[in-house]
Amino acid sequence: MTELRMRVNGVTRTLDIEPWVSLLDALRDHLGLTGPKKGCDQGACGACTVLADGVRINACLALAVQYADKEITTIEGIAKGEDGTHPMQEAFVRHDGFQCGYCTSGQICSAVAMLTEHAAGMPSAVTPTTDRIELTDDEIRERMSGNLCRCGAYNGILDAIKDVAAQEAP
Amino acid sequence: MKPFAYVKPLDIDEALQAAGPSVKFLGGGTNLVDLMREGIEHPETLVDLTGLPLDEVDELPGGGLRIGALVRNSALAADRRVRARYPVLSQAVLAGASPQLRNMATVGGNLLQRTRCNYFYDQAHACNKREPGSGCDALGGFTRGHAVLGVSESCIATHPSDMCVALAALDATVEVRSVRGTRRIPLADFHLLPGDTPQVENALAEDELITAVELPPAPVAANSRYRKVRDRASYAFALVSVAAALEVRDGTVTAVRLALGGVATKPWRAHEAERVLVGGPATEEAFGRAADAELAPATVQPGNAFKVDLARATIVATLRELA
Repeated sequence: MTELRMRVNGVTRTLDIEPWVSLLDALRDHLGLTGPKKGCDQGACGACTVLADGVRINACLALAVQYADKEITTIEGIAKGEDGTHPMQEAFVRHDGFQCGYCTSGQICSAVAMLTEHAAGMPSAVTPTTDRIELTDDEIRERMSGNLCRCGAYNGILDAIKDVAAQEAP
Repeated sequence: MKPFAYVKPLDIDEALQAAGPSVKFLGGGTNLVDLMREGIEHPETLVDLTGLPLDEVDELPGGGLRIGALVRNSALAADRRVRARYPVLSQAVLAGASPQLRNMATVGGNLLQRTRCNYFYDQAHACNKREPGSGCDALGGFTRGHAVLGVSESCIATHPSDMCVALAALDATVEVRSVRGTRRIPLADFHLLPGDTPQVENALAEDELITAVELPPAPVAANSRYRKVRDRASYAFALVSVAAALEVRDGTVTAVRLALGGVATKPWRAHEAERVLVGGPATEEAFGRAADAELAPATVQPGNAFKVDLARATIVATLRELA
């Protein structure tokens, strides 16, 4: 057993876990945060997406011990206020960005971090060499390709993200 | 997952001391953790490298770059010097995996991801790579993703990296360290052909750690491109990919770099095609002849024979775009 201290959604938590426990299992089974979902458990679907220091990662392929000094944010902590919702959550509701909802927490965490990456100038395979990258439909689809939705709510997801991106645009 | 001991060294020497049999170095974990969960890799100790100071991209004399082994794939793709001097490398990295995986995966780990296919993962099937001498069920099986160049009777799995294809085109060098010292391995010699030992995939000794990848100055690379063809628009392995850099003067090819992905058992530098191209005309016909020369030794299966035509077309299209 390793005693691990980890900041999760703004609170320092102490965990007694084995080094082979994934960050996803640590969050779900040890801390009771079941927002991040186990879809494929092999980095293919994105349902487990959480933020580590604001950067989106697949929690299923992350060993929890590797993230002891990081600030982890899950869907439960993505909203700023205690009982509030994040603008991305509201936009997903407004635009029907889900059907069954299983991929949704991963989609929303991924989308929030994607907008941060875009604002920081991160290129993508669609427009790798341009400096000012407009968030076109193609651009958003490429940047969200790590999150699968088997219900096929992609059009609603796209509209929700465009809505938030427009609100955030300077 | 089989239990293992976990250590996190604070400096490189401590990491080198920890190396040994049944010890694996851990970077982002995107391939290794998956293989451990599948029971294919089962190290007794994991040495977590992510606390080591190997996460910078530094200038080399003459305009080259030295990329630390722990630079994340996303940071490499975003680096302005990489994008300006070696656009093919930034494009290749961005063509691989997903944003989440690129945020986790390291450059050293990308070099060391296993050459693999579905039969390697599926323990109900024979695989010489997973269990040396057990046979290869890919032969005569479903081979849409498999290699046509560098294959052997033991293994036809494809090296899956996009980054490494660009590094092959750029004459990169891999810097490795052990308690015995430091050495540099040309990328072309880093990955090995399967031959009759497909379980041995690279030239690293058991105690060696990748510390950096060095890119020599390459003015030709300013005009370079990575083109990837796959079964869906994003987040899929390549059926065929082409890393190319081209310099043309007065209609004549004066310099060219060409490497292929998705078609070979290792990142494939297309030396034969380059020989045909240099000094010749920068025409579609000449590009086609060069592609044919490179692909002539292809050994195909019923399921992947299409890759020869697809590779030819992709090579021609990429060079035409750069000419």
